[in-house]
Amino acid sequence: MTFFLEQLLNGVQLGLLLFLLAAGLTLVFGIMDLVNLAHGSLYMVGAYLAASLTVMLKSFVLGVIAALAGTALLGIALEMLALRRLYPRDHLDHVLGTFGLILFFNEAVRLIWGAAGMTLAVPPYLNGLVEVLPGVAYPIYRLAIIIAGVLVALFLYVLVQHTRVGMLIRAGASNREMIGALGVNINRLYTIVFSVGAALAALAGIMAAPILTVQIGMGENILILAFVVIVIGGIGSVRGALVAALLIGLIDTMGRAYLPDLLRLIFTARAASVTGPALSSMMIYLVMAAFLIVRPEGLFPVPSARR
Amino acid sequence: MTLNRRLIATALLLVGLGLIPIIAKSIGYLFLLTLFTRIVILAIAAVSLDLILGFGGMISFGHAVFLGIGGYAVGIAAHHGYYSALVQWPIGLAASALFGLITGALCLRTRGVYFIMITLAFSQLVYFLSVGIDSYGSDDGLTIYKRSTMGGLIDLGNKTTFYYVCYASLLLCLFLAWRIVRSPFGRVIQAARSNENRLQVLGIATDRYRLVAYVIASTMCGLAGILLANHTDFISPALIHWTRSGDLMIMVVLGGMGTLFGPVAGTIALLVLEEVLSTITEHWMIVLGPLLLLMALFKRGGLSALLGGRKA
Amino acid sequence: MREALVEVVDLVKTFGGLVATDEVSLTLHQGEIHAVIGPNGAGKTTLISQLSGRLKPSGGKILISGRDVTHLPVAARSRMGLARSFQITSLFFDFTALDNVAIAVQASRGHSFRFWQDVTTDEAIYGPARQFLSRLGLEARAQVPAGDLSYGEQRQLELAMALATKPRVLLLDEPMAGMGHDESAKIIALLREIKNDYAILLVEHDMKAVFALADRITVLVNGAVLASGPPESIRGNPEVRRAYLGETTPKEGGVR
Repeated sequence: MTFFLEQLLNGVQLGLLLFLLAAGLTLVFGIMDLVNLAHGSLYMVGAYLAASLTVMLKSFVLGVIAALAGTALLGIALEMLALRRLYPRDHLDHVLGTFGLILFFNEAVRLIWGAAGMTLAVPPYLNGLVEVLPGVAYPIYRLAIIIAGVLVALFLYVLVQHTRVGMLIRAGASNREMIGALGVNINRLYTIVFSVGAALAALAGIMAAPILTVQIGMGENILILAFVVIVIGGIGSVRGALVAALLIGLIDTMGRAYLPDLLRLIFTARAASVTGPALSSMMIYLVMAAFLIVRPEGLFPVPSARR
Repeated sequence: MTLNRRLIATALLLVGLGLIPIIAKSIGYLFLLTLFTRIVILAIAAVSLDLILGFGGMISFGHAVFLGIGGYAVGIAAHHGYYSALVQWPIGLAASALFGLITGALCLRTRGVYFIMITLAFSQLVYFLSVGIDSYGSDDGLTIYKRSTMGGLIDLGNKTTFYYVCYASLLLCLFLAWRIVRSPFGRVIQAARSNENRLQVLGIATDRYRLVAYVIASTMCGLAGILLANHTDFISPALIHWTRSGDLMIMVVLGGMGTLFGPVAGTIALLVLEEVLSTITEHWMIVLGPLLLLMALFKRGGLSALLGGRKA
Repeated sequence: MREALVEVVDLVKTFGGLVATDEVSLTLHQGEIHAVIGPNGAGKTTLISQLSGRLKPSGGKILISGRDVTHLPVAARSRMGLARSFQITSLFFDFTALDNVAIAVQASRGHSFRFWQDVTTDEAIYGPARQFLSRLGLEARAQVPAGDLSYGEQRQLELAMALATKPRVLLLDEPMAGMGHDESAKIIALLREIKNDYAILLVEHDMKAVFALADRITVLVNGAVLASGPPESIRGNPEVRRAYLGETTPKEGGVR
């Protein structure tokens, strides 16, 4: 029971992490029609900035805030210098251009921080365990991730549903021409959306950093998970991203925790130990394939985003 | 005619590739042969990708998975003591075709950016599968101690012989692709890239044609994987990593999509560029990255399209 | 009267709360041009899209030669002899004009799972393709990419492609929109010349063309049939005059 609860929390935590990454990705795609592979690079840069800035500023909180701001600024620069020119191009150009950016950022990070990788030290007050239920201890830091994730999800909900920018975002995701017709400064809206997405990616990177390690290419595999999330959720839909991210987080965590045991019930121990890890890492892709068969347009399709 | 000029350029390129072993030997620079063996093999993969990407407009971002499937077929067969090409190669080709058929049928239910992401995700699936299976080396990969045997007729262990086997395979694939592109089937594939709805109104169920094209490309890339495993005598999950698929895509676009000259020229250009840049600086990717971005921005229409490209 | 080639029975299409097609029934017969007219937003294109299979109806039936095709996809209906031209020009813009017609000819010759035959030198395809192209007066423009043709030429190419699929039924969505006077006169003459071989549904805003060509006219307003009958009865119908025709009725429109 304790183990189950732990895994459940881990699943939610991974889900929220994925959501932070997928939210920016899906917004950028929904509004600017841009396939941004370099989103994972922003995740990585956020983690690296946090790792060095928390040391430089001698404060975890200040370092994290500075890293978020730094990544948001990088996002603004990236958007204004390069990506803005990519919007009118086709998806293949997006893929090529942003793939080039990944190579660039990986190498730039290697030049600045070296190839060895870094660690982000967690402050003492976030270290240790806390009893979430009688008899169930859970790492404080992971709990903090969950809380932060929920807060960001709420923030995004309010932003998208109840503000003028959010109204434009929703309008833009379902009808790109319309926001132009509303007389909005589109370039500024794009820049804002992109920098918010960049900050969210950085936050995800920072939150993951103490659990995983800060290393070059850390954003790449999780980026593909985020793709799976937005494919399942429906491209352009923040709500879809949240639901799908939690789903993927839970399936992945639970699969890894329980699938080998379940297989042992059916197969021999040897066969189970061979197929277990492989199958559980494939699980989410199988789930995605199943969704494709049943709902190829995603859970919450945004009408015009499907072309 | 530009077409004839392109034909001549392709012919020159292929003749040049045919002379590589002689050139390498005469200047005593044998690394050239190793490099170009790799180039010729990856050119096969690039040609196969161009069939669906350039001619068919299907932006597959997971094409390297078929390099992996072909490669692992050779590696796994060799691991179990089956070295004959008559066993290894058909298995590799059939496995590639089958995986192409299943995932293609799923991927082709979608269009546009969904297709990009889903082809990517399926290649990740196989990537994690290869990482997860300890029996076949997981992360560390699998060393192949003996290349495919061909009944004593052809010795793939001989570098020059092996090069010419790869070269002949490339010529065969180019010829097949050339026939396909000019066939009624190829016409349909290209028309579907241009305007799929219109084609359906003309009575052509485009999905089936696209799927068949996808399977053909998968199988062809499987062949490249088979050759690549023999070339490196080693396979690992890195073969399937999604950045590999990105590399293949770059080769096709760099050379020119929707042509047969393109993927061959693009493969040579990219691999030679990598070699040259890496002799200048170990951080050569910091140069290559922005080059790709510039290519994406300027390759079609150039500066004037860039200036006129702003929306509403 | 000959048996109907296409029969539409109580067709309904709703988008959310909006009724775009409201229990429309009509028939198309071989040798007959059936014009559908109505103000903008009356649901004319929606109707054609349901006939061609692009849109799924919410209710009702569509029959081709007595066979229920309501749930068949676009390509299958096309193989049953249905051809459509688009209101918004839909061509293979990076193909030459001739190649556009050639792919249409190819489509009419059964499946294209032929991998080895060289289509670029195949007279069985390019012969008819050139014929259809010259029938629309485009032979001099054969090697021009469709995207570089003038608007009027593109509309003519649309029609050449529709004919090249050897259809029995032609659904023409504003074939003369944006054409100059001479060009539309040419199309009118062509349609009159070929109409015996086809059943034609014509959606057109040019009332002069409609009354010059149509054997029957159906007036759609807000998705529903307001009136249907021969041109004379439609022109005389006071309801139609009020709802749609108004003063735009050409005085000599019906002269043949």
